[in-house]
Amino acid sequence: MTDTATYLYAVTRSEPSDEIEGLRGVAGTEVRTIACEDLLAYVSTVSLDDFGAEPLRRSMEDLDWLGETAGAHHHVVEEVADRTPVAPVRLVTVYRGDDQVKALLRDRHDDFVDVLSNVTGRREWGVKAYVDLSAPGPTQTAPSLGGPGTAYLKRRQAGLRSREDAWRQAAAHAERLHETLSSVAVASHRHRAQDPELSGRKEAMLLNGAYLVESSRDDEFLKTVDDLRDRGVEIELTGPWAPYSFTDLEVRGDG
Amino acid sequence: MTDGSRYVPAVRPGSQPAARREPANLGDILERVLDRGVVIAGDIRVNLLDIELLTIKLRLVIASVDTAKEMGIDWWEHDPWLTGDSKALQDENRRLRARLDALESGDRHD
Repeated sequence: MTDTATYLYAVTRSEPSDEIEGLRGVAGTEVRTIACEDLLAYVSTVSLDDFGAEPLRRSMEDLDWLGETAGAHHHVVEEVADRTPVAPVRLVTVYRGDDQVKALLRDRHDDFVDVLSNVTGRREWGVKAYVDLSAPGPTQTAPSLGGPGTAYLKRRQAGLRSREDAWRQAAAHAERLHETLSSVAVASHRHRAQDPELSGRKEAMLLNGAYLVESSRDDEFLKTVDDLRDRGVEIELTGPWAPYSFTDLEVRGDG
Repeated sequence: MTDGSRYVPAVRPGSQPAARREPANLGDILERVLDRGVVIAGDIRVNLLDIELLTIKLRLVIASVDTAKEMGIDWWEHDPWLTGDSKALQDENRRLRARLDALESGDRHD
């Protein structure tokens, strides 16, 4: 018999219609709920062989394991978010047992209620902007006053300058994009730009923004995104997401 | 690396957005489930700071910087305009002002 622990995915307000039968979470475990007052925690029982401190330290370095576990965690959060406003909890938040989760819901009750009321009726959209830096800039053939060496250096200098200019313009454009999108959103957050290997694209990512949008303004937001497309910067839209980027309990409450 | 295309965020019922949408990639998911969400200490102490430094920073973030450096685009590191390094900008302004003062006082002949 191995020791077990309670893995926490998300917290919602308890509703009478919360049915999550058959939902599977990390490591194929069954997802269940723990109720405390008017809050509901979505959890599953995990083995400490996989989710103890020591195994986790090793597993989290394994990108395959990490990807699979993150996917399973995300799946549970999305399923819950389809039904009710949700406060997603960070990956691998593990408790000794159900009692500790109940204590958490009791101790941080007001914080969770705050977070949940902040995201109710709102959804998160992701907007990424890319620019192709390998594209050659405008090549100006300046009248060559010096020899071929000077001409080469001048061309090279001009090339570097146009690339810098392209970066500057693109970065300024991304700033404007973010401002425009934020103006339609309730809140916004800029994630770090992703590496091409991660984004799967060769272009450089200029903007990796998350926007919390009132559901009633979704169409307006999406239209804004469409209006911003094709101005030398390519735009990618993802979502709607569970409000991961807007549930900052740590900052909001101090328990 | 795990194929990220499997993890497509569910489309909420009743939504018919007009805009084109892309499936989320693994990076989108990792940055949300690891970096964001409700951060509370569980009983199992996982030093996420270490993990973030090692896994996320080393493999994902540093990788992007390295790639960029390989491509020869690292000048932004020193560009106060882009790094938001207002201190460097202020220092530079101070140096320039001092030089201007020196030049102006040196130019005065009368």
